[in-house]
Amino acid sequence: MNTQSNLPVSYILYLADNNLILAQRNSEWCGHGPILEQDIAITNITLDLIGQARMLYQLAADILNQQNGNQEATEDTLAYLRDERAFSNVLMVELPKGNWGFTVLRQYLFSEFQYLLYKHLSADATLSAIAIKSLKEVTYHVQWSREWVLRLGDGTSESHQKMMDAVQDIWMYTGELFDAAPFEDAPVLQQIQTVWQQRIAETFEEATLTIPENVFIQKGGKNGIHTEHLGYMLAEMQYLQRMYPNATW
Amino acid sequence: MPVHHLEETFQQTVDAEIKIEAKDWMPEAYRKTNLRQISQHAHSEVVGMLPEGNWITRAPSLKRKAILIAKVQDEAGHGLYLYSAAETLGMSRDQMIADLHSGKAKYSSIFNYPTLTWADMGAIGWLVDGAAILNQVMLCRTSYGPYARAMVRICKEESFHQRQGFEALLVLSKGTQEQRAMCQDAINRWWWPSLMMFGPRDSESTNSDQSMKWKIKRKTNDELRQNFVDMIAQQVKLLGMTLPDPDLKWNEARGHYDFGEINWDEFWNVVKGNGPCNRQRLQARINAHEEGAWVREAAVAYAQKQSAKQKKVA
Repeated sequence: MNTQSNLPVSYILYLADNNLILAQRNSEWCGHGPILEQDIAITNITLDLIGQARMLYQLAADILNQQNGNQEATEDTLAYLRDERAFSNVLMVELPKGNWGFTVLRQYLFSEFQYLLYKHLSADATLSAIAIKSLKEVTYHVQWSREWVLRLGDGTSESHQKMMDAVQDIWMYTGELFDAAPFEDAPVLQQIQTVWQQRIAETFEEATLTIPENVFIQKGGKNGIHTEHLGYMLAEMQYLQRMYPNATW
Repeated sequence: MPVHHLEETFQQTVDAEIKIEAKDWMPEAYRKTNLRQISQHAHSEVVGMLPEGNWITRAPSLKRKAILIAKVQDEAGHGLYLYSAAETLGMSRDQMIADLHSGKAKYSSIFNYPTLTWADMGAIGWLVDGAAILNQVMLCRTSYGPYARAMVRICKEESFHQRQGFEALLVLSKGTQEQRAMCQDAINRWWWPSLMMFGPRDSESTNSDQSMKWKIKRKTNDELRQNFVDMIAQQVKLLGMTLPDPDLKWNEARGHYDFGEINWDEFWNVVKGNGPCNRQRLQARINAHEEGAWVREAAVAYAQKQSAKQKKVA
């Protein structure tokens, strides 16, 4: 484990973007969940992800301001005034929310990844405080989303089919998590991938779901090459900041 | 014991300010009135998530986004407490939701108005939650125990929402010209519907007398409405904004603000389903419920499988 941090800002922004974009997607459920208790639960996760994004953007803004010798960057300039090509989140998190099955499956696959990553980052000099705090939240996200994957995978034949469809829809986007960008540590990602695969395989087996084989991996998000969905999402999210430049809210 | 004795004892209990509990004897009309009112209140919390939910994806800063989401989530929580309180009166949550979807049960008409700009988030917090709180503070002392206790929890969160709403408007009121215009426009649109939240005039209100006697209500619609006008007429000055009522004037003799006539045609029209968003709001709830049916069925099926497995092991 490296305790000396030399993480580039682009890495911190990558982590922040993943959180914000997934939160933005999940927030679409608020008021529309399948049952009130679960509406509250997915919204809790949304709030956690926004909280994590904010801590990371604030950290990135501090570093950028030090580098540039000004005070121009804030959490909001980073979230609201960067364009689609500047966002480096993985494609998985920007995909439309789909049905409840797709949402919980994506959350599960992503949370398992986040859990392992934050565990690793808990020892990083720059990110340890954020990682340790986030790890507590993500532990719950894994537990909650895993339970839903089991329930729906091994529930009714209809829910099983819907989950198999969701697996087909999302699997091609999972490999990108482990495809190291220049700002990432490739050997660490490889270690995480091994554990991630084991954990997913166990859950899928219990949920009577099958992991697809020989799936082509879609990627590009880390380089700012996104799906067509992200542009619409940012247009909606950023519209007030874009429409009224320099206003305070 | 003959029913009239029971009724006498019941009224004595209410008069002695002792809470009525779920297992106590109560007049059928008392049970029905409470069930109608509490379930309507629960539905209002849940439908009330929609107009504010409409701005979650467009909130103008990360802080505002987090605050707004937390607020809408609180409303879901209030819905849960209230459905639980209503269930103590003998109706299942499923039945209450079915009644909402069929149009048999009502929810607060205020949520049938559209949220058109970001300033509406502030105006709803300040005016709509402000009006709701006056009603809810009174309900913390309502005679039915489970309802009163739910209201105590809800009031704490609601007053926080109202302060946040006011603060959001305060920022706009000190902002750019466009932001100030947005703020005034939202106040103009939400003022009259907020006054309507207190219901018909006392002279027109059918349930008022009996509800007062049973201490379900402790203030009349008109009293609460006057309290609201007096409070907001002062607070609006801090925003440097105005209320859209040329007749609003301090009346020294009454010690209250006088205010203009509410458009009761509009009020009854929205109650009858002709508000700008009645159809969309109800449809959104029905869609969420129907699209969630397979999820709820799967959860039940999975739970049954798990308990069958456990029995086998045992």
